[in-house]
Amino acid sequence: MDTKYKGTKPSRRSFLTGALAAGGAAVGTTYARAQGAPDPAITETQPWRQFLGDGVDAAPYGMPSEYEADVIRRRVPWLTADAVSSINFTPLHELDGIITPNGLCFERHHGGVAHVDPAEYRLMINGLVEKELVFTMEDLMRFPRENHVYFLECAANSGMEWAGAQLNGCQFTHGMIHNVMYTGVPLRLLLEEAGVKTNGKWLMVEGADAAGMNRSIPIEKALDDCLIAFKMNGEALRPEQGYPVRLVVPGWEGNMWIKWLRRIEVGDEPWHAREETSKYTDLLEGSIARRFTWEMDAKSVITNPSPQAPITHGKGWTVLTGVAWSGRGTIPRVDVTIDGGKNWHQARMSGPSLDKSMHRFYFEFEWDGSPLLLQSRAHDSTGYVQPTKEELRHFRGENSIYHNNGIQTWYVNENGEAENVEIS
Amino acid sequence: MSKFLKIFAPAATGAAGMLALAYTAADQFIVDIPAPIREAIAINAAVAEEARAEAEARAAELAMAGLAPSADGGYGLGRGALSEEVAAWDTDVRPDGHGLPVGSGDVFTGEEVFVERCAMCHGDFGEAVGRWPVLAGGHGTLEHEDPVKTIGSYWPYLSTVYDYVKRAMPFGDATSLSDDEVYAITAYLLYVNDLVDDDFELSNENFQDVRLPNEANFIDDDRMTTEIPAFVRPEICMENCKDAVEITMHASVLDVTPEETAAKAAAAAEAAAAAEAAPAAAVEEAATAEVTEAAADAAPSAELIAAGEGVFRQCRSCHQVGEGARNATGPALNGVVGAHIGSVDGFRYSNTFKDANEAGDVWSADRLAEFLADPRGSMAGTKMAFAGLRTQEDIDAIIAYLSTFSR
Repeated sequence: MDTKYKGTKPSRRSFLTGALAAGGAAVGTTYARAQGAPDPAITETQPWRQFLGDGVDAAPYGMPSEYEADVIRRRVPWLTADAVSSINFTPLHELDGIITPNGLCFERHHGGVAHVDPAEYRLMINGLVEKELVFTMEDLMRFPRENHVYFLECAANSGMEWAGAQLNGCQFTHGMIHNVMYTGVPLRLLLEEAGVKTNGKWLMVEGADAAGMNRSIPIEKALDDCLIAFKMNGEALRPEQGYPVRLVVPGWEGNMWIKWLRRIEVGDEPWHAREETSKYTDLLEGSIARRFTWEMDAKSVITNPSPQAPITHGKGWTVLTGVAWSGRGTIPRVDVTIDGGKNWHQARMSGPSLDKSMHRFYFEFEWDGSPLLLQSRAHDSTGYVQPTKEELRHFRGENSIYHNNGIQTWYVNENGEAENVEIS
Repeated sequence: MSKFLKIFAPAATGAAGMLALAYTAADQFIVDIPAPIREAIAINAAVAEEARAEAEARAAELAMAGLAPSADGGYGLGRGALSEEVAAWDTDVRPDGHGLPVGSGDVFTGEEVFVERCAMCHGDFGEAVGRWPVLAGGHGTLEHEDPVKTIGSYWPYLSTVYDYVKRAMPFGDATSLSDDEVYAITAYLLYVNDLVDDDFELSNENFQDVRLPNEANFIDDDRMTTEIPAFVRPEICMENCKDAVEITMHASVLDVTPEETAAKAAAAAEAAAAAEAAPAAAVEEAATAEVTEAAADAAPSAELIAAGEGVFRQCRSCHQVGEGARNATGPALNGVVGAHIGSVDGFRYSNTFKDANEAGDVWSADRLAEFLADPRGSMAGTKMAFAGLRTQEDIDAIIAYLSTFSR
């Protein structure tokens, strides 16, 4: 991929000169930073260098370093009435690569986390099928499995930003998303086992939680790429992600990925459940509301720098990074601007480019210390280019809540502090 | 539906399905290649060839392992569902009346049930308490800055009300309402939305006659035709795209970001602050140690309290405890141990609790233990729909846990 660097790129030669100078204890070499007194981090012996550390079983299930205690999901208390039916946010600004660690995947529950005993787990298929069936965990584990990396984005991600810049932090503006590798059985195989009747056009999928969460899914999608998943990133689903079994609906709004999945009913019409009528419908201007807005449009966000991750090193060489995704395919390209859209640069994509998965991009540049207006814009494999928030408002007004995939702007001041803004 | 046929490859079955599956799997390994297009096509062709080969290999492998679907189209996994089992779970209701059970309920009964079971969150007339959903009113607000989306002003179908109340309400005590109670609540919700008179009775017979006023305002997703063509842009400006840029809005003006994070970001920006953080952390550590020691002196052990926190999970759907705890389906429980029975402000208690309060009864540990073991036996007429804790260990643990919160 073609990467354009702005400013001076550290060349191979400058590294060599540096190495020579150090080796020869030379005088007069220019370093980025001067060191007055010897660094105690080098000259003094740290306890971990001197004394033995923990043995192998100190943490039978390993946890992050104590220095990473700030890397946690966070919620915005004023958003919802109660933590039981609420949402928290993935700390995107603390992560890199494309995979979200299981313990940091954002949570959204409609009736709290169900703690389902796998021994009592049953999945029922009923309705317009030749054979109404019941599966146990053991039954599900005997079907052929597949592995896929998919993003799951809540339809309400960035929903607070429709009317203007609101929250300072990409965790809050864009953190209703995670990207993990699922192991599961194609839903198609279970439906074939039951034998869908010719008039079976829709599914109603239902959870075992206290909300009995349910949504309607067209049969085409069910037979295409939906998975009955029981593992995420190689281990069992976390309870808050639907243990022991959740539905995976690639590229479509997270609300349809029913957790603690217990029943699939086949029918000839959609159900118009509460979560696809009263909620998760997009109110446009003129009282018109769109329903069944399933696919997630292409979107991107710069995760660093951002309000929770300011530039702390001062001017000079700076790494900008972010994530992009599309519910309709891959992200072959992301453009980045540091001057509010006057000039754009093609970012460097790094890491696997998988269908309906998060993609990672980087843009390295020499920061001159003057204020920046940062934006990223994703191009997906269908040719769709992420629009501005203003362009979206032109079509949808300001009250649609869901599916806000507009371009995000961060203003970075001379001190490197970043703020969520909107620009002309 | 026709839109789908365009977007998604038609569903295939049998061998063709297996092939499609392999394509999907192979698709994962495609590395995205930008222009030139010719190169991309060549690579895609190679990938397609690879996928075909993989599909054949896989089909052969599955057949070898005896995993290929048998002639009657299955692996022989799972068992037949009994009709009683389907009936136990299949309570969903659709706009066309599919799934409606035989039953009825009138507005008057609905009001009684609603006030008893729903009003603590939704208000007596569906006007809502706190941030819980507003269920009535809002007519003509859909074009306002803050639309009020209620059953009367927004929801397209009455069946959704029935289906949702039956599956999820009351919040924290789902599936506890009878079919007739759900009919009655639904009738009452129509009444508070001015859609029926006070003598109305809703039943499976007349359910289909009721239409909600906003039904016609819903359209299926039309992004593919309305906006997406405008956002597919083969040519896009990369240089000198605009002359001037102005900031039109700052998030800091609204200042609604949770405080801890805002403070942290500000601190991080000052490199010097990092060095000063060390003594502060030490103080914090010392304070924690002190608290831990103090707790060790008191009767309940940390283990017991932690166990109690786990047991409390069963209570959490109705009761809040801790900082900012409010009344929900059940009263907030801060300081409950040792408090007068039925003394939480603003909670609508049952008569048995009111009587105990008037008698000056107190939640001693013993009284609480008795109640938690058998709520309905201990306080006949309580609204608490909980069967009781099974073991003395759980009861001791939960009382220890609740003792850690003061009012």
